[in-house]
Amino acid sequence: MKANNEKFRLGNTGRFTVVMVSLCGLLVLALVMNVNIGSVRIAVGDVFRMIWDGLRYSVGNIFTGGGYADELEALIKSSTESQILFSIRIPRMLLCSILGGALSVSGYLLQVFFRNPIAGPFVLGISSGAKMLVGITLIFLAGYINGVSSLTLIIAAFIGSLIITSVVLLFSHKVKNMSMLLVVGIMVGYICGAVTDFCITFADEYDVVNLTNWSMGTFSGASWDNVATAAAMCIPGVLASLFLSKPISAYALGEGYAQSMGIRIKPFRVLLILLSSLLSACVTALAGPISFVGIAVPHITRSILKSAKPAFVIPAAFLCGAVFCVFCDLIARTVFAPTELAIGTVTSVFGAPVVIYMMVKRRRAQEG
Amino acid sequence: MDFYFRTEGLSVGYDRKVLIHDIDIAVEKGKILTLIGPNGAGKSTILKSITRQLELIAGTVYIDSHDLASRSPKELARQMAVVLTDRIRPELMTCAEVVAMGRYPYTNLFGKLTPDDVAAVQEALERVHALDLAGQDFSTLSDGQRQRIMLARAICQEPEVIVLDEPTAYLDIRHKIELLDILREMAQKRGITVIMSLHEIDLATKISDYLLCVKGDTIDSFGPPDAILHSHTIERLYDLHNGSYDLMFGSVELTKPAGTPKVFVVAGGGCGIACYRALQKRELPFATGILFENDVDFRVARVLSDNVVSAPAFEEMTSAQFERAAELLSGCAAVLDAGTPPGTFNRKNSELLRLAEERSIPVLRAGAQPAETIEKVIATISGLTDKMEV
Repeated sequence: MKANNEKFRLGNTGRFTVVMVSLCGLLVLALVMNVNIGSVRIAVGDVFRMIWDGLRYSVGNIFTGGGYADELEALIKSSTESQILFSIRIPRMLLCSILGGALSVSGYLLQVFFRNPIAGPFVLGISSGAKMLVGITLIFLAGYINGVSSLTLIIAAFIGSLIITSVVLLFSHKVKNMSMLLVVGIMVGYICGAVTDFCITFADEYDVVNLTNWSMGTFSGASWDNVATAAAMCIPGVLASLFLSKPISAYALGEGYAQSMGIRIKPFRVLLILLSSLLSACVTALAGPISFVGIAVPHITRSILKSAKPAFVIPAAFLCGAVFCVFCDLIARTVFAPTELAIGTVTSVFGAPVVIYMMVKRRRAQEG
Repeated sequence: MDFYFRTEGLSVGYDRKVLIHDIDIAVEKGKILTLIGPNGAGKSTILKSITRQLELIAGTVYIDSHDLASRSPKELARQMAVVLTDRIRPELMTCAEVVAMGRYPYTNLFGKLTPDDVAAVQEALERVHALDLAGQDFSTLSDGQRQRIMLARAICQEPEVIVLDEPTAYLDIRHKIELLDILREMAQKRGITVIMSLHEIDLATKISDYLLCVKGDTIDSFGPPDAILHSHTIERLYDLHNGSYDLMFGSVELTKPAGTPKVFVVAGGGCGIACYRALQKRELPFATGILFENDVDFRVARVLSDNVVSAPAFEEMTSAQFERAAELLSGCAAVLDAGTPPGTFNRKNSELLRLAEERSIPVLRAGAQPAETIEKVIATISGLTDKMEV
């Protein structure tokens, strides 16, 4: 039987391993570059030394129940470099990689749901819906709730995502054509944008400053709290998606076949939407709307894997999204320094051409 | 009789609206049941209801005397596999991967394939003669290859019942036969019960143990093909007013040309069929004779012409028949000799040809290309009409 097995390409495990290792390598490179490069340059050697010490003390701190707290404090405060490193750059790049990965997986789940590779939280207006609700929360609720926590924002974004997703779903029954669905998504996105702008007009100046910054999409201002929240929400979300990889693979054959293989279609679809919304809501709440990552990254991932096997694509897309976003953030931070670009600006520049390429290719494939 | 697959008072439809009611089917294990009927009659609706894609409106489906509704999706998946009309477009999936999807009800949480599963995939691919396609990207396949792969996927699911919705659509004749052969083999050797819908009535009668004729809001008939098919069953089932369907040979004839006959065809022994069809193509009404009733020419002639002079088989042609033929012949503008060799029993036909010459009706002999002869016939007829008008 063994000899026969080689005839089949039932999932190209070798290629998957190579891709995962390369992506991990790229991520490490991206993280080091990100920590290293900036208005204050920190030598690579120092970076590694400080991170190593930091890790050592943190782990020690956890095991001794606070025994190394002083050393940790001293390390962070030892120099300007260490302060920049520990309180700005490291949390920022960690947040960036977690959210970048989450956004890619979120886009991938939407693509599975609509059974179309040209779907994503941004183009379908879902990010804008999340942004609208986060905006409303920041402007109108900030007065009533003492200090809006990131969890509140995530919940607001999640509700916003779900509302817009349901609207888009309602239309998806009416329009069978995917391009039309995209147009609907973009229009819904504009409506949400208009509502957000309307709210901003009536907001206090103080709130607006925060809001404008956030609504462009940025990883600046990332704190360790944000990182913890993002990790607590996104990592379980991505793991849960991974557990869906078996039904996702069957769903690729269409609803009829999936049902005949024993999948309960309705709960499965609901789960897809909930997970996708949760992941994109985290991103929107913590970093603002980030465009095109959700579409472009899963496509790139499938292309380099040369496989659509969900058990491979989901982890690879997460890593790939992390690498993509960390590099984009690096560019956003450094190219026009000290002015910082919105992360969405950079991701659009790289992501939109990929989407255009995909649409052209699909059109050709349909005609040919 | 021990029926394996059974429905009782089944009503099916969409959105709680009943489309077809009182469907009672009973089929033994390892038999083939085929649904036939006009487009939109609800064949797919019945199949979708059986596979639980559509909710039943009333009634029960039993497999092996268990109510289907009581089965969990996974249990059902191990019992029943489907081949649908959905044209799927999975991206970046090899044929082997598509077929391996059939192992879904048997694999673990992450769908890991055990060596047994891989062996099942290989066996399924072999069964449909598609082992060489295993590594190929599914989206590059032709329709025939796709259908075979989807059948392999269903086989790989190791079901007891396999439901196929128009499996032969998009297939050329060779692949149709191949596919039906595979189904027959599975039914006979593995005891798999096959339920499918077909558009090809001739194939349906040949492969099926049972036929279910679906028409309108109820079942037209159900039973073994020989028991339910009579001469006009098909015409009635499909509301055939124009054209006809020969159940014995599975051949279709188009609408018969209307009007008084303009050409008389002297035929017999199968020589006439090509002439009749060529005349039908040009919408030229014709009369023909004298044909024995067991002649293949007669089977085609009677559905393409209202003026056929026939003689009972194994009897001499009578002069009464000759008189009637002569009368029809005299009213025609041309006579076409289909080229039937003269013999003892059809000498009256040779007399007909002589009569035509006596009455100076032009006689043309059909060559190897009947269409060319028909052009000549048309030229002759129009020449005559022109002269008459002058």
